[in-house]
Amino acid sequence: MSFLKSLFLILGLIFGIFVSPAVAQSEPETLRPLINELAKGKYAETEQQIGALAATGDPAVAPALKALSEGDLFFRKSDGVVFIAEKQGNSYNLKDPLTLEAAGEAGRREVKKIKVNNKLRRVIRSALGSLTLMASDPNVRRLAAVAIFKAKDPEGIEALDVALAAEEDEGVRRVMEQARAAAVLNSDLDETQKLDAVATLSDMGNRDALSLLLSVRASSEGVVRSAASEAITKIEKSIATWDAAQNIWYGVSLGSVLLLAAIGLAITFGVMGVINMAHGEMVMIGAYTTFVVQDVIRTSMPGLFEYSLFIALPLAFLVAGLIGIAIERGVIRWLYGRPLETLLATWGISLILQQAVRSIFGPTNREVGNPDWMSGAFELGQMTITYNRMWIIVFALLVFAGLMLVLKKTPFGLYTRAVTQNRRMAASMGIRTPWIDALTFGLGSGIAGIAGVALSQIDNVSPNLGQGYIIDSFMVVVFGGVGNLWGTLVGAMTLGVVNKFLEPYAGAVLGKIFVLVFIILFIQKRPRGLFALKGRAVEA
Amino acid sequence: MKKSFTKLALAGLMASTMIGGAAAEDTIKVGILHSLSGTMAISETTLKDAMLMLIEEQNKKGGLLGKKLEAVVVDPASDWPLFAEKARELIEVNGVDAVFGCWTSVSRKSVLPVFEELNSLLFYPVQYEGEESQRNVFYTGAAPNQQAIPAVDYLMNEEGVERWVLAGTDYVYPRTTNKILEAYLKSKGVAEEDIMINYTPFGHSDWQTIVSDIKTFGSAGKKTAVVSTINGDANVPFYKELANAGIKAEDIPVVAFSVGEEELAGLDTEPLVGHLAAWNYFQSADTDINAEFIDAWHAYIGDEERVTNDPMEAHFIGFNMWVEAVEKAGTTDPDAVIDSIVGVTVPNLTGGYSAMMPNHHITKPVLIGEIQDDGQFETVWETSGLVVGDAWSDYLEGSKDLISDWRAPMSCGSFNTATGECTGSGS
Repeated sequence: MSFLKSLFLILGLIFGIFVSPAVAQSEPETLRPLINELAKGKYAETEQQIGALAATGDPAVAPALKALSEGDLFFRKSDGVVFIAEKQGNSYNLKDPLTLEAAGEAGRREVKKIKVNNKLRRVIRSALGSLTLMASDPNVRRLAAVAIFKAKDPEGIEALDVALAAEEDEGVRRVMEQARAAAVLNSDLDETQKLDAVATLSDMGNRDALSLLLSVRASSEGVVRSAASEAITKIEKSIATWDAAQNIWYGVSLGSVLLLAAIGLAITFGVMGVINMAHGEMVMIGAYTTFVVQDVIRTSMPGLFEYSLFIALPLAFLVAGLIGIAIERGVIRWLYGRPLETLLATWGISLILQQAVRSIFGPTNREVGNPDWMSGAFELGQMTITYNRMWIIVFALLVFAGLMLVLKKTPFGLYTRAVTQNRRMAASMGIRTPWIDALTFGLGSGIAGIAGVALSQIDNVSPNLGQGYIIDSFMVVVFGGVGNLWGTLVGAMTLGVVNKFLEPYAGAVLGKIFVLVFIILFIQKRPRGLFALKGRAVEA
Repeated sequence: MKKSFTKLALAGLMASTMIGGAAAEDTIKVGILHSLSGTMAISETTLKDAMLMLIEEQNKKGGLLGKKLEAVVVDPASDWPLFAEKARELIEVNGVDAVFGCWTSVSRKSVLPVFEELNSLLFYPVQYEGEESQRNVFYTGAAPNQQAIPAVDYLMNEEGVERWVLAGTDYVYPRTTNKILEAYLKSKGVAEEDIMINYTPFGHSDWQTIVSDIKTFGSAGKKTAVVSTINGDANVPFYKELANAGIKAEDIPVVAFSVGEEELAGLDTEPLVGHLAAWNYFQSADTDINAEFIDAWHAYIGDEERVTNDPMEAHFIGFNMWVEAVEKAGTTDPDAVIDSIVGVTVPNLTGGYSAMMPNHHITKPVLIGEIQDDGQFETVWETSGLVVGDAWSDYLEGSKDLISDWRAPMSCGSFNTATGECTGSGS
């Protein structure tokens, strides 16, 4: 049996060498022994077996290779037959690796996964690259070309030439040309070819091209070397400009997170004057609400997962808002005008809330998933923009605008402003000031809750979540000017951008210290922050 | 059984608040010094539960020296000075015979003088930076040569890495480890400009700049890897940012020394498949003793989803070593146990045996694992034999001549082989 298999293996190798990669089509029965061979040996053998499969040039082996790299390829312990397996409860659903037809089930102990490591994944990626260059889906072809680009495998040139001749999609064509250039530079072709390749990469102009050109410069001589040097200077120049833009983007993104964390505090502390140390815990409660919503969705209606955040938003607002109102009615209203006692009492509440969450949900991190539209990144010029950061910026600005609207355009907002400006006169006009206090505190807490929904997408959902944000929030509010929402916006963005411009030079730790020193100096100069409130109310 | 045991633990807690213990005669008391609240609760609560389980199992087997074991749990609340106070309380007030506890190096440093003064025993289960050997402390976690150095060797030899990012949280463990690694890499011929060192504050959550720096650093035409000593909570946002920025393990692998099964529990690991961790134990270890341990853990904690991790294994080894040493000595007297425990060998969970060495560190296998999409690690490489924990790194100027041997007649934590002198107690 094993003799037959190795015969097939050798046959397959020979077959692969003589048949051009693009056109081979062989019967499943000749491929199967090659695939079953994967069940044997260690990483080094698996690598050779992958090479043998790739050498067949038959796209039919692509699904098996893909499954292998994703860790879905298993073999049956009893007879060593290889399957693509999908976990279903405590057993596996088996699929034939070539025909992709269902092939029954197997218990957990009956099958064993074929192990892969990073090195093998790289080998598979480049093998899949040459196998799927002719696929019908342009996206698959593009990914194939990218894989060859990364592998820089000179053996891919031939396949790329065939594919390029047939390619009609302009975008995919360009990626293929770049992949070809990368492969050419790594081959022993002549100088003219290489100079063309350097020119292609120079036009490509991103970090991947730069990385390749740097290694070309290090390894080549003569004209190719000088051409590479020239291209490198050119790319580095354009990247430097983009880097500045990228830094601003990071700054705005950090600013938007600060804004989200601080905006609720801008109401409770800024507008009402309550030093609320439990503010961070409202953010945490919002994040845990998201976790609970996702948990329910996962178990009962998985289809809704993509919308989980939208469902969590109002719930987080309600939960955090209600807890906020309860805190105001139960504790804070007895302490108005006594900042020290308020500080201690809310600090105590924050500890109680933390420990309560720890007892209910456990001390470990909880997994809050990112919906697809919150995952990944896209390229804008030479900048990488991640979707979650982008949506958080949008979301922070929307929350800000919404809050402004509530405060400026609704009767509730009018009452709030009246109460904070002159409590006694507002009371004389018939406003029930205690209720406005409670509702305003609830609003601030609710906003902190929805901030928690957003922050659950980028941070840990653990009982300590809020503690990380409380200092930053106070910093933003004090810096921006107590009692002014615009100040909070400008303050958050300024601190974000300053922080991100300092970070590359000073490092994250020193950067943070510099920002703090900067705020201390600033507060010395302007004790009321960026946007100081004017008028009699302030003096009172 | 579990219920009655919780009661026992509660009783222990109550006893810890009373002065003296009434039931001191018929039980042997074991102290558990892990934070149950505050920042470190996330990691340490699990260890407390693991210890309670181990003690319960030992009692099922008939206890120790014919007596039952009794756990005394205290909560140092992630507050480093409080660790020293609670340690003193455990030893003086509750009269425990051994303490299992601490996680961060700073908490260990804070209790060291207490254990030395009161002459008790501490079993410390977490990987640490080395450069320490104390008579009363047994280090059951990994020293740098049992985790960091083999991991770097793996990347260098198997992945062909030439450029290195050493990223860590700004405190003593990452700083010392990175100092050792930097010296080691340079001794292997890595140039200064091919090493990038980066520190971040505790709980750092905005990784955009650093991840993009790593990407830039990695585009210099040489294979690049990140060696991460980033601590606990900061890891989740770090990995999320890596995943979103599209940094794949095939391109720039990240090998972490503080990320285990527990830390991955809060993450979708699908985009992280292939990133690495170096430990001495993974839950995926395919041995009978490990399967038993996992089953016992699930039964004890009542949750099939809970994972096991490396520090839990370290407590498993440390506890069994203590039990064996006490049986060997026939008493729980610290001096007798310190003498009898050296050379004690107990099974570890990866199918081998670990022995307590004269420098109070233990022998362990080193495993390199890749993150899988189910949140587990798969071992892709392991040392062929056991590695002896080295208290004093061979790659640092000040410590390469030092050795530690607590057996008579040397009885010294930092013996300088160049000058032939014992330089202090060694902490």
